[in-house]
Amino acid sequence: MVVCCCLGRTATWVSYQLKIHAQKYMRSPLIPEMATQEVQLNETLAHLKSESESLKSKLEEERAKLHDVELHQVAEKVEGLGQFVMKTRRTLKGHGNKVLCMDWCKDKRRIVSSSQDGKVIVWDAFTTNKEHAVTMPCTWVMACAYAPSGCAVACGGLDNKCSVYPLSLDKNENLAAKKKSVAMHTNYLSACSFTNSDMQILTSSGDGTCALWDVESGQLLQSFHGHAADVLCLDLAPSETGNTFVSGGCDKKANVWDMRSGQCIQSFETHESDINSVRYYPSGDAFASGSDDATCRLYDLRADREVAIYSKESIIFGVSSVDFSLSGRLLFGGYNDYTINVWDVLKGTRVSILFGHENRVSTLRVSPDGTAFSTGSWDHTLRIWA
Amino acid sequence: MSNSGVPNSSLVLAQKAVKQLRLEASVHRIKVSQAAAELKTFCLQNAHKDPLLTGVPSSDNPFRPPKSCVLL
Repeated sequence: MVVCCCLGRTATWVSYQLKIHAQKYMRSPLIPEMATQEVQLNETLAHLKSESESLKSKLEEERAKLHDVELHQVAEKVEGLGQFVMKTRRTLKGHGNKVLCMDWCKDKRRIVSSSQDGKVIVWDAFTTNKEHAVTMPCTWVMACAYAPSGCAVACGGLDNKCSVYPLSLDKNENLAAKKKSVAMHTNYLSACSFTNSDMQILTSSGDGTCALWDVESGQLLQSFHGHAADVLCLDLAPSETGNTFVSGGCDKKANVWDMRSGQCIQSFETHESDINSVRYYPSGDAFASGSDDATCRLYDLRADREVAIYSKESIIFGVSSVDFSLSGRLLFGGYNDYTINVWDVLKGTRVSILFGHENRVSTLRVSPDGTAFSTGSWDHTLRIWA
Repeated sequence: MSNSGVPNSSLVLAQKAVKQLRLEASVHRIKVSQAAAELKTFCLQNAHKDPLLTGVPSSDNPFRPPKSCVLL
């Protein structure tokens, strides 16, 4: 019976091929103009492909011409950093499963975090008290963000949406009742961020796109196409530097976008695996990325190239999350080997390695005033380090 | 389905790719030495304002002093 099925399928395939072949054969002599058109089309495609290749090598050439020195060489005379004493100062316990994302409130003390268990919790990091908790209708809440006003939080994940919850001063009020669905993607939500106000949200998704939404109406304001695979992270440029943001994805690319036009203005492809995290340098002239290839890299936007790699042979686990200290001198990386590595951005060397989490570090953010940084982990906890 | 369906979309994609590459190739670039110097300057100018870098005395850092006993 299996043989009959195979033969049957082969026969069907053969007759299908004959049909296609017959159609092609029949087209040419009967409709000569279409045949010429097809040839022209193929020529144009080949022409475009070769132009594409030559533009790519021209891009590499132009970038290489300006590569006259390495960042760490420029920083040779800079005083080295001393010993760092950074310890866990607070541990936030309460999530029932892996912590996937967190964000600081502008008030420098509140934190919102989201977890695989579907819960989104708002904490007071000074006292470790939980101020609000929301249960999402989905598990794997991969993204969460605090609104600039401190009056709302946004979150989403496997539900393919980004929802905004206004935070009520009344602790007894049911937050879920006031939920507003803002973004709709066709795959999981990987990251979200409010822009300069509570009115707009930027999202990135497993569907390969990023999008800008109006919170009030839920309307799509701009979409950003260009990644060839899931987009895993995004970061908005510091407000002084204008309307751009950077995104990183499974296609190993980091793209810089113009928020108004939707255009990708610069693209960087030097990582060897998925880019899990991107973060702007405080001046807005560069950004760092963390990848599954176990390296963090620094890309300068005006030199239009990678200018530093932060790696060690002994570090073989992927980086999940990166952030800069206030001056940009330190780069903190949360790794899948449960540690946090602290890098001297200018010299390219590691200045400290921090232990404490009992599973992967999945998210890491420096507080708005730079006095501490927070990490979230698959060990269900968040830690504040200072 | 007519012959023009499939080739047109790959043509459009190829045209988009070339257009994007042209845009990226036309970006104004500066030398790495200049860019690196500016990154270094920014770091050094802001170093004194960076609490995690300089270390802030416990009295100024809300997270540093050990959590005082809380009577429940």
